[in-house]
Amino acid sequence: MSLDWDAIVIGAGPAGMAAAATLAEGGARTLLLDEQAEPGGQIYRAVERNRDKARLSAILGPDYLRGAALVDRLRASGASLRFSTSVWRVEEGPIVWSRTDGRIAHERAGALVIATGAMERPVPVAGWTLPGVMTVGAMQILLKSSGLAPSGRLVLAGTGPLFYLFARQCLEAGAEHLTLLDTAQTRNIPAALPHFPRALTGQGWRYLTKGIGLLAALSTGRAKIFRGVTGIAIEGEAQAASVRFLSGGKPQQLDCDLVGLHEGVIPQQQMTRSLGCDHRWDEGQACFHPRRDEWGRSTKPGVFIAGDAGGIVGAEASRHEGEAAALAILAELGRIAPAERDARLQAVRKARGAHLSARPFLDRLYRPRADLATPPDAVTICRCEAISAGSLRLAVARGALGPNQAKAYLRVGMGPCQGRLCGPSVTGLIARETNRGEDETGYYRVRDPLKPITVAELASASRQESRHES
Amino acid sequence: MFKRIEQSGSETGQKLTFDDREIVFRAGDSLAAALLAAGIGAFRQSPADGSVRGPYCMMGVCFECLVEIDGRQNQQACLTPAQDGMVVRRQSGARQLP
Repeated sequence: MSLDWDAIVIGAGPAGMAAAATLAEGGARTLLLDEQAEPGGQIYRAVERNRDKARLSAILGPDYLRGAALVDRLRASGASLRFSTSVWRVEEGPIVWSRTDGRIAHERAGALVIATGAMERPVPVAGWTLPGVMTVGAMQILLKSSGLAPSGRLVLAGTGPLFYLFARQCLEAGAEHLTLLDTAQTRNIPAALPHFPRALTGQGWRYLTKGIGLLAALSTGRAKIFRGVTGIAIEGEAQAASVRFLSGGKPQQLDCDLVGLHEGVIPQQQMTRSLGCDHRWDEGQACFHPRRDEWGRSTKPGVFIAGDAGGIVGAEASRHEGEAAALAILAELGRIAPAERDARLQAVRKARGAHLSARPFLDRLYRPRADLATPPDAVTICRCEAISAGSLRLAVARGALGPNQAKAYLRVGMGPCQGRLCGPSVTGLIARETNRGEDETGYYRVRDPLKPITVAELASASRQESRHES
Repeated sequence: MFKRIEQSGSETGQKLTFDDREIVFRAGDSLAAALLAAGIGAFRQSPADGSVRGPYCMMGVCFECLVEIDGRQNQQACLTPAQDGMVVRRQSGARQLP
């Protein structure tokens, strides 16, 4: 099978856009695929449409609008862009199987850049499956893509940079009944402090200043804030109607119309796992990372991983990781000399490092609370199959030693989301129950199709293929 | 549940139906956003336990926003752009084989 492309990039967020633009600018035949209808990823979602909207731009802020320049660069680069496209299988070769509007494509590239970004860490609490409970990121997506702001009595529960940013955006958008249930733990401060001096170097001070500004804006009294929150339980019949929680150990209850949950973000592992890339538990970020070299090369030949899919680095550093992977690929293609590659990489790596100086401090300051991995027995852990934490504990007691055995016992992780929303919690809970580390506990064996496809779509792909070969 | 930041500017005059109810949407709306903007939070009933579910992640990860679109079941409403004349139905239970 001949090469369809020099490089295929999956994901049109900052890492993917930068990788595709750098590759195409360097003369590589480049294809960029994304599941959304427009470029930007989640962080710069709909930035092309929003940059001329004064009110929305003011709410979303300058860091968001900065994404427009990267989209412009991508559009001008000559990379082929294919949106509304789901990648449902990736195999060594590398070969990418995708679906666009019911049509299957099967393309081979010299190199593959996986830039599928992050997802929010699952937050299994009582009542989290009720309509009216969403992630904070989901609410921000509605703001970016449709100019929709929460109305009525809004409760945001959690911690982390996105949590405080979105709370402030809600106030800017005129939210009148906002309550924050801040789950940040003061006990994280001693572990974070040793990383504080480094956080002041490079671009770190910008992140810290932004954060301090957010916290100050939230403390003006327009939002009601409960601190040291634990024991969150959402109640309601067919819709979230109230939230119970402990604040400083004292029981509280609030009526609500909408609840946003957020406990930080983790790499999307589905594609890198299905490909068989090695993953390692990262204690600092409390999530699995795929193993990579300094260019972003995974443990599979020709497969690079750039941006948050390889470990949480944020939008700016993701852009530089996309550029680094592209430089390595351009050099392998002979489009740039190794000396040029190394010189450009040095600049890229320096810029990336400057944006990462505050990361270890923030990771430790907003480390997810330990009880996220040990929800009460009645809490649903696998949303699709409606499996409770208690059922999982029982399965472990009966001998399920890891996530894959638990699947066989309970069907946990076998519903439509294919374990995306329970995998981290299942590994975490089994690790606690068996007193082992996450690496030893392991993770679901992820298999394609990564996205649902129909038998008819597969059959039509095989007809195309046989015509192609005859 | 949600309100528009901009009172006007992106109206299209286009409509879809959800369980025979007419839903007006705006340019750029995903189907899930259009339904949430119309105050609809319950998209389906879980085939596993019958509980009511609605959008959770809005980015294609959680599969909670599955609906039937123009007769095709189990479609992710958050990844589907809203389109004029779309006929959308709430799903109850597991997918039926044609």
